Amino acid sequence: MTNSFTDITPSLRRRHARETRFKWMGKIAIIIAVSFLLVMVGSIAWLGSGALKQTRVQLNVHLDAAQIDAAAVADANYGKLIKTALLDRFPEVTKRRDKKSLYGLVSYDAAYALHDRVVAEPGLIGQDLRMWFVASDDLDMLIKGNLETTGDENRRRFSDKQLGWINSLKEEGAIKSVFNVAFFTTGDSREPELAGVLGAFVGTAFTLLVCFCLSFPIGIMAAIYLEEFAKKNRWNDLIEVNINNLAAVPSIVFGLLGLAVFLNVFGLPRSSPLVGGMVLALMTLPTIIIAARAALRAVPPSIREAALGIGATQIQTVFHHVAPLALPGMLTGAIVGMARALGETAPLLMIGMVAFIVDIPGSVVQPATALPVQIFLWADSPERAFLEKTSAAIIVLIVFLILMNLVAILLRNKYSQRF
Amino acid sequence: MGNLPTAPFVSSNKTRRRLGEFVVYVLLITSALVAVAVTIGIVFSLAFEAYHFFQLISWQDFLFGTKWSPQTAIRSDQVGAEGSFGVLPLVVGTLLISAIAMAIATPLGLASAIYLAEYATPRARSIIKPMLEILAGIPTVVYGFFAALMIAPFIRMTGSSIGLEVASESALAAGIAMGIMIVPLISSLSDDVINSVPQSLRDASYGLGATQAETIRKVILPAALPGISGSLLLATSTAIGETMIVVMAAGMAANLSVNPLDAVTTVTVQIVSLLTGDQEFDSAKTLSAFALGIMLFCVTLVLNVIAQKIVKHFREQYD
Amino acid sequence: MDTKGKIQVSAKDVNVFYGDKQALQNITLDVKSNKVTSFIGPSGCGKTTFLKCINRMNDLIDICRVEGNILVAGQDIYDKSVDMVALRAHVGMVFQKPNPFPKSIFENVAYGMKIHNMTSSKSELADRVEDSLRRAALWDEVKDRLDQPGTGLSGGQQQRLCIARTIAVQPKVILMDEPASALDPIATAKIEELIHELKQNFTIIIVTHSMQQAARVSQQTAFFHLGNLVEFGKTTDIFTNPQDERTQNYITGRIG
Repeated sequence: MTNSFTDITPSLRRRHARETRFKWMGKIAIIIAVSFLLVMVGSIAWLGSGALKQTRVQLNVHLDAAQIDAAAVADANYGKLIKTALLDRFPEVTKRRDKKSLYGLVSYDAAYALHDRVVAEPGLIGQDLRMWFVASDDLDMLIKGNLETTGDENRRRFSDKQLGWINSLKEEGAIKSVFNVAFFTTGDSREPELAGVLGAFVGTAFTLLVCFCLSFPIGIMAAIYLEEFAKKNRWNDLIEVNINNLAAVPSIVFGLLGLAVFLNVFGLPRSSPLVGGMVLALMTLPTIIIAARAALRAVPPSIREAALGIGATQIQTVFHHVAPLALPGMLTGAIVGMARALGETAPLLMIGMVAFIVDIPGSVVQPATALPVQIFLWADSPERAFLEKTSAAIIVLIVFLILMNLVAILLRNKYSQRF
Repeated sequence: MGNLPTAPFVSSNKTRRRLGEFVVYVLLITSALVAVAVTIGIVFSLAFEAYHFFQLISWQDFLFGTKWSPQTAIRSDQVGAEGSFGVLPLVVGTLLISAIAMAIATPLGLASAIYLAEYATPRARSIIKPMLEILAGIPTVVYGFFAALMIAPFIRMTGSSIGLEVASESALAAGIAMGIMIVPLISSLSDDVINSVPQSLRDASYGLGATQAETIRKVILPAALPGISGSLLLATSTAIGETMIVVMAAGMAANLSVNPLDAVTTVTVQIVSLLTGDQEFDSAKTLSAFALGIMLFCVTLVLNVIAQKIVKHFREQYD
Repeated sequence: MDTKGKIQVSAKDVNVFYGDKQALQNITLDVKSNKVTSFIGPSGCGKTTFLKCINRMNDLIDICRVEGNILVAGQDIYDKSVDMVALRAHVGMVFQKPNPFPKSIFENVAYGMKIHNMTSSKSELADRVEDSLRRAALWDEVKDRLDQPGTGLSGGQQQRLCIARTIAVQPKVILMDEPASALDPIATAKIEELIHELKQNFTIIIVTHSMQQAARVSQQTAFFHLGNLVEFGKTTDIFTNPQDERTQNYITGRIG
């Protein structure tokens, strides 16, 4: 047998080829995973970017003094004024069906916006007012290029006649796109053009607040007990095994617990961030305990010895010296746990945070929804415009997630070189 | 003690301090016990409601029934008022989707773990690892949305172009999204496991003239196998308990089918659909969710306990 | 081909760097075939680093860089055309701590032959495993339990298993990195005896920090100090009549 190691025999060539193939398998796996991530986030970002724009229509409204009673400005029928304004702009529209579709160009909200304006400025009554109104979701989608404008008329949202009206509005500059402030400042709505994420965002913030206030103190105290005080015996082993298993219990089971115990036994308010936060706290607890224990373990024993050596009790040692040093690590773990809780949807569905809620919640016991649940609800809605809103809400959620993780990373980097 | 002087290390306020410390100590123990209380709470609350369920429906009908159509009777004399609570279609659906997910996640996760642990330069690792962590951190509701919006129509289109009948909410779509979601879980656990295989084994193999691929396939993977199988079990348990992806992409149709192109439903989907909306806590329909819940809890618990035992044993071997 | 007494390994002006730090300076030496050559010196002197250059195990460390020429069987092993796999089949290695694979004893010895496709049949493979275990003086102790894990053997047996695994691939050169440092004196004696036997068929280079061991097993000795090759020659000469003051200080125990 030759053993010359410069000679590439066929067998060696085969082995090296296999090596290359094997390495490529790993590369391809990573490429698949990463490109899935990019496609998913990319397509959602692309879909959601449309929600940042809102289409508005300008109408010339005649604030007929006969229609508005100066004594009761707020009670006038502003919807009718809007309709009249539309009919004035398109006098050729006479058929009932056509009128209806003409009215559909502007949102419901137009009447309320007009109402607010007139109530604020009663002096306008009797005059003509040029004002920009929120377009309906269909018109909004059309302007953003998401609807068909050619092909079979019966299968389109807009007939050629309607497109004609819209084009004439466009030509006179009565349609424009503006930044969609409402998306970030309002709650949910049945009308996609009016729906916003603020309600869900506030609900999420309240939920996470409750979750943090419960799980952080309990989590670090449990970690301190297990790491600093617990003796090695069967009971403490049981607690440890229990915590590890709890970390892997499906989240929906925590939801069932919340429903059966917090709602049915304790009678806490359904759909409230309080209960949502409590359920998420139980779910996050194992993560926080595990991270906090790791942080405590990272504190060198010399610090404990030093404190005990000058006569501190064990509790003083832990609370004055060990825990403060471990705090950044514990906090990092807690934020990572919170970030996971932020995306949780299933347990919140169980405790009823899935209702349609327009108002922005003002406290932790008022009914609310949460960002991921809002995404779930909108994703279920048939209107094309909700697709855009869903994607935009996902972006808001992901940005929120990234910010939390960024805080955790900064915290970790800032304090990691201490020992 | 009488007239003996007090020794300087006998503190007079010892009892007071002791009391304070005792309170703190009790507080600490109580916190640790909260975790135990949660487990007990889960078991009891699920078992309690499930017990009521099994008063209405026999456990044989539940476990071995092949038809799942939980209805609440509107009139008491209505035909089929009881509904059918055969869990098999849900179990088969859950297993089907989990199997698809694992079939996708296992090769991808393992191959990326091997690449990360053995081939990637530190620089490449520092880029790829965070990417996979992002993939792991994306909420499942997003995966569900993406599966329903993109993957399902794509599969349907591809299927019909080659003449296959594909349901609009196919098990395959949900399984693919879930598979990708699990990839980072498998890859990070397996990466840890592969890294804990001692360097001396690699040296021995290279010293004999093995190529890197041969070393990985014939030395490292066999040595890491227990740890890897533990991570696969954990991943399976995650797949079985996953809710949002299947709620959004798999649908409600309780078909007893193992065809990945059919619509199936899962245990978690049914729990969600049974408990959202109005509930009466005396109807078999609502209570059945808790029977499903305790089943889910037990199955995932058993998988986790086995997985953790295996991994612990593996770590002790090389520590 | 009889290579007895010929030069098997030849190093010329070898410099090794770990990042910016130079670990070895201008090492030049020739190792003769079918002899035992020992590398001695205080820890951190670079003897193991140099050993690992000879089968390019240093390539596994990213920041390690080797300059100069090392010739094995007349071929520059740092040449681009050299295949690492074939080189390491030619230059085997035994490590400081016994590192059997977590496989059966049989599989441990068969591993190298299997990856190199060295046998054509199962019975040939079994014969070669037996032969290697006999030559490693382990056969009598393990012949009844070849299917049991190699990790279940005692430390000394594990190290002999690793030697059997190495010689099964039929290398010409065997590098040993302090092969007995983790073993008790009786197991060490067995390994030393084995080294003595093996030099009939192999060129052996052994790194050791035990001067007694070097004196017992080797014919040639190289003394390394702070990354330099201080002295190289016949073992008897180095120990009885060192030329360099540093060597003298080391073997008399003044530095180390």
